[in-house]
Amino acid sequence: MQVGYYPGCALHGSSNDYEMSVRACLSKLQIDVREIDDWICCGASAAHSLNQKLSVALPARTLGLAERDGLNDILAPCPMCSMELCKAGKALAEDPELRVEISDIVELEITGKSRVLNLIQVLQEFGVEKIQSLATRSLSEFKPACYYGCLLTRPPKVLKFDDCEQPESMEKILGLLGAVPVDWNFKTECCGAGMTLANEDTVLDLSHKIISDAIDHGANCLVVACPMCHVNLDMKQAAVKERFGVQRDMVVYYLSDLVGIAMGIDEKDLGVDRHYVVKD
Amino acid sequence: MRSEASVASIDDLAHTRVCECYQCGKCSAGCPVGEQMDILPHQLIRLVQLGCLEEAMSADSIWKCVSCLTCSTRCPKSVECAGVVDALREFSAKEDVVSKRERRTEIFQRVFLENIRRNGRLNEVELVIVFKTKGFLNDLNVPLLLKDATLAPRMLGRGKFHLVGEKVKNREVVQRIFSRCEATA
Repeated sequence: MQVGYYPGCALHGSSNDYEMSVRACLSKLQIDVREIDDWICCGASAAHSLNQKLSVALPARTLGLAERDGLNDILAPCPMCSMELCKAGKALAEDPELRVEISDIVELEITGKSRVLNLIQVLQEFGVEKIQSLATRSLSEFKPACYYGCLLTRPPKVLKFDDCEQPESMEKILGLLGAVPVDWNFKTECCGAGMTLANEDTVLDLSHKIISDAIDHGANCLVVACPMCHVNLDMKQAAVKERFGVQRDMVVYYLSDLVGIAMGIDEKDLGVDRHYVVKD
Repeated sequence: MRSEASVASIDDLAHTRVCECYQCGKCSAGCPVGEQMDILPHQLIRLVQLGCLEEAMSADSIWKCVSCLTCSTRCPKSVECAGVVDALREFSAKEDVVSKRERRTEIFQRVFLENIRRNGRLNEVELVIVFKTKGFLNDLNVPLLLKDATLAPRMLGRGKFHLVGEKVKNREVVQRIFSRCEATA
């Protein structure tokens, strides 16, 4: 299996532990990832807040580069990137006038045909049973609260992935690998996303609610598939604890960490030791 | 300055029809930051329906919004509530009517975009330094200036701190994309 790869700024920045984890995991599955040459930032919330046209053009440029290089499937492990690429691709595919206008702006012919996939979708396409057959260790000690946040499933019209109110795809994967996911209430609530710097109070408040609900429902860890969720729930956990007090530390894994652990990859090679909250 | 914002231009930017909203309040009920908002999401939509755009554009709540898309997802009338908030932010920033209390968030978004214009990809260290400086010049808030200073060494220890950020090879094209989008917006 071969996929185009759009790491996005976070995975090439302070969320490089997520990139380590994704790459280690996909390499074990022998999935060939080809990074899109000279990809640019998707614009994230800044673009859609300040210039709607730019929020289509920036991801469109990257889609155009992928098309030029013949990459039909693109993995974007960051849900913000993934959603922005999907949204731009859908708008371009559906609107011929917009396609002409944006192709001129970004200096590349774009059709919007590429398929953009999040990490869970790539694992599903590879085959969950095949992952199970490669597993060497049961995850039975893990009772994860699987946290989807906002943009893995929203907006459903654009992403068409899982159930936007009650998603279960991570539970299915981890359950097959022996983990015991808990039932809880904050799967799709927001953690404050990219507001970590601009509005920390909001991030701490929302992250506190998520961590507390996970603890209340018997989870012994959180599992995410988003670099921003990880920053807010892991890096900011000490600040959450200081402000609100939480019963105990919650380790926050990326989905690829637990899948990797099940396949016998060393935690160091997955970047788990780079997290702020570590298992005692 | 004559305002460019109108009900039609907001509908157009948000790809929606605000007139569809029948004020059920589902958007506000599910909003994770509703309790911090001066004007709730369904009230913002009402203001737009009534053409009270300046009031909507200068609301704190449009910058409190975390763009989680819960409102748009749950709307029984398919009104793109989050898209309307984006349109209000865009006009609010362009016409310089951003609420003084929320200037910091607007500055953050501007600094982020300028960073992308320069580098093509986000340079985190530059983002933090420029945002802190501009934020401080805006409100002279010393605790906010110094906050997170202790995070830097902890990030460094985890290999998460890149002093020299990545730049794309073809930065000229990024700058041309920005110029064209600003000209047509």
